[in-house]
Amino acid sequence: MTKFVDLTLSGISTGAVYAAVALALVLIWRATRIVNFAQGAMLMITTFIASAVISSTGSYWLGFAVALVAGLVFGALVERVVIRPVEKAPPLNAVILTLGLYTLLVAVAGMIWGNTPRSFPAAFSLRGYDVGGTRLLFTPNDTFIVLVVIAVAVVLAVVFRYTSLGLQMRAAAFSPEVARLLGVRVGQMLTIGWALAAVAGALAGVLVAPSVFLGPNSFDPILISGFVAAVLGGLDSPPGAVIAGLILGVALSYVSGYAGSALVPLAALVILVVVLMARPGGLFPASRERRV
Amino acid sequence: MTASVRATLARSTLLRSLAWVVLAGAVLLLVSDLVSSYNDLELASGAYYFAVLAGLTILAGQSGQISLGHGALMAVGAYTVVILIGKGGWPLVPSIVAAVIVTAAVGVPVGAAASRLRGPYLAGATLAFAVGLPALADKFSGFFGGENGLTINPPTPPSSLGAAFPLERWEAWIAGLGALVVLFVLHNLTASGFGRALRAVRDDEIAASLSGLRVGRLQTLAFVVSAGCAGLGGAMLAVVLQLAQPGAFPLQLSLSLLTGVVLGGLGSLVGAIWGAALLTLLPNWTTDLAHSFSLSTQVSANLPLAVYGVVLILAMILWPSGIQGAVRALFIRLRARRAAAGPAVPGS
Repeated sequence: MTKFVDLTLSGISTGAVYAAVALALVLIWRATRIVNFAQGAMLMITTFIASAVISSTGSYWLGFAVALVAGLVFGALVERVVIRPVEKAPPLNAVILTLGLYTLLVAVAGMIWGNTPRSFPAAFSLRGYDVGGTRLLFTPNDTFIVLVVIAVAVVLAVVFRYTSLGLQMRAAAFSPEVARLLGVRVGQMLTIGWALAAVAGALAGVLVAPSVFLGPNSFDPILISGFVAAVLGGLDSPPGAVIAGLILGVALSYVSGYAGSALVPLAALVILVVVLMARPGGLFPASRERRV
Repeated sequence: MTASVRATLARSTLLRSLAWVVLAGAVLLLVSDLVSSYNDLELASGAYYFAVLAGLTILAGQSGQISLGHGALMAVGAYTVVILIGKGGWPLVPSIVAAVIVTAAVGVPVGAAASRLRGPYLAGATLAFAVGLPALADKFSGFFGGENGLTINPPTPPSSLGAAFPLERWEAWIAGLGALVVLFVLHNLTASGFGRALRAVRDDEIAASLSGLRVGRLQTLAFVVSAGCAGLGGAMLAVVLQLAQPGAFPLQLSLSLLTGVVLGGLGSLVGAIWGAALLTLLPNWTTDLAHSFSLSTQVSANLPLAVYGVVLILAMILWPSGIQGAVRALFIRLRARRAAAGPAVPGS
């Protein structure tokens, strides 16, 4: 029973990180209809920057804030410089371009910081809570991770639903031509979409780095799980991304705990295929009429 | 004389495919004789990459489906060959044929699932396939050899070629023959009604299904064909490297296959040749380049990757339709310039 509780709780914690990465992917998909394979590398760079700030100033929270700001700037920069030229090109080109960006960023990080993973501090204690004499696998830091991700999801939902900026972003994503005619600066909205997504990614990086260590390739598995979660949730739906991220985290935690960690990638495949066979547009698909 | 040959070739797709295959075969034979044994190995790896890329370019370019899972399909072909030769004692050719059949059979359920999915959903599912399938080799490590994989003995050149015939050239011939078979089959297939139906589905699924094409079945079939090609490529890879192990088929391989297809030029078999050449040569070039500067190891170890990334980014911005697209545009511009200069009419 304790094992079940432990697996559930640690699954929720990793699921929250998947949810943050999935959110980043969903935001970019909504804004530009591009699956950003460079997301893992982008959040790796911002986490390295955070690590440098933390080790030179000794302040975790300063590093945390710098990571988020770096993500904001980096996301906008990437959209303006490399994504803008291929926005009108066939979709596969953008996929290859983000793969190229991923490769370049991993190589640059290796050149600057080396390929050996290093440790990264956690915000709060990594010692599990004591409940009735047994120690849970859930730590204060896990609580922090879950709360932060939920807060980000709520803030994003509020921005998209209740602010003028959110409305403009939705309009730009839904129908760029009409939005442009109505005075929405579509290009700017795309840049903002990428910047917000990169912030969500940067957050995921800082949150997960203590448990995976920090190296150029450390975040690849997180990106894959995040992508699977985003697809599971239906790529158009931020709440879907969060829910699917949590479900995936818990399910994979059970598989890893009861059947062995070797089966985790296979289990992710089975879950994804089963869900997509029943609902080809994910759990929360965008409603869309069939155009003839 | 030449005019009548040209007319015959224009009429018969089969003859045109044969002509291409004979031409390509002659070039391969000549090149493999001229170059060093190291280049022969490069030729062999170019050949098996071509087989996979040609299948993938049909899938992505003609049927409009994306696959990030072809590396895993290559693994299926490679393991089949290695198990049949190493454990079953089968001869080379039947086991390669069996590898193609097994991989195509694996492609049936995958393709049926894929035909229900679109764009990023398909990308996600095939990505999970590429990551998930190698986990099987770990789970059943008793049969698949776990992380270390399985090995076989190198193929022996027939004694009629002489005792001094280099192994590498023989491997290049085997892989080259496989590539020629793929070239022949796919060239015919794309020019046939099947290819036309695929392109119709790619361009407008609803119009295609309204005109009586069975979209799901066609897409599944396209996936099965390209899976068979990937199985052949994987089988030849296993024969050339004499080994099948999970580490040889990482997600990176699947991604670089897709990259090769798009960089070469989507949907064209010539583009697949460009892509195969790039996948074979680019890593070596960038490594040589990195070593030619005197840099710290931390920088020089990562420089090839950086160059590769920059090449991908620039290529997608500068040549959105790949190398073959750029070459074609160049030809069209040259022809237009010649036409603008006026036809060379005698006596005018």
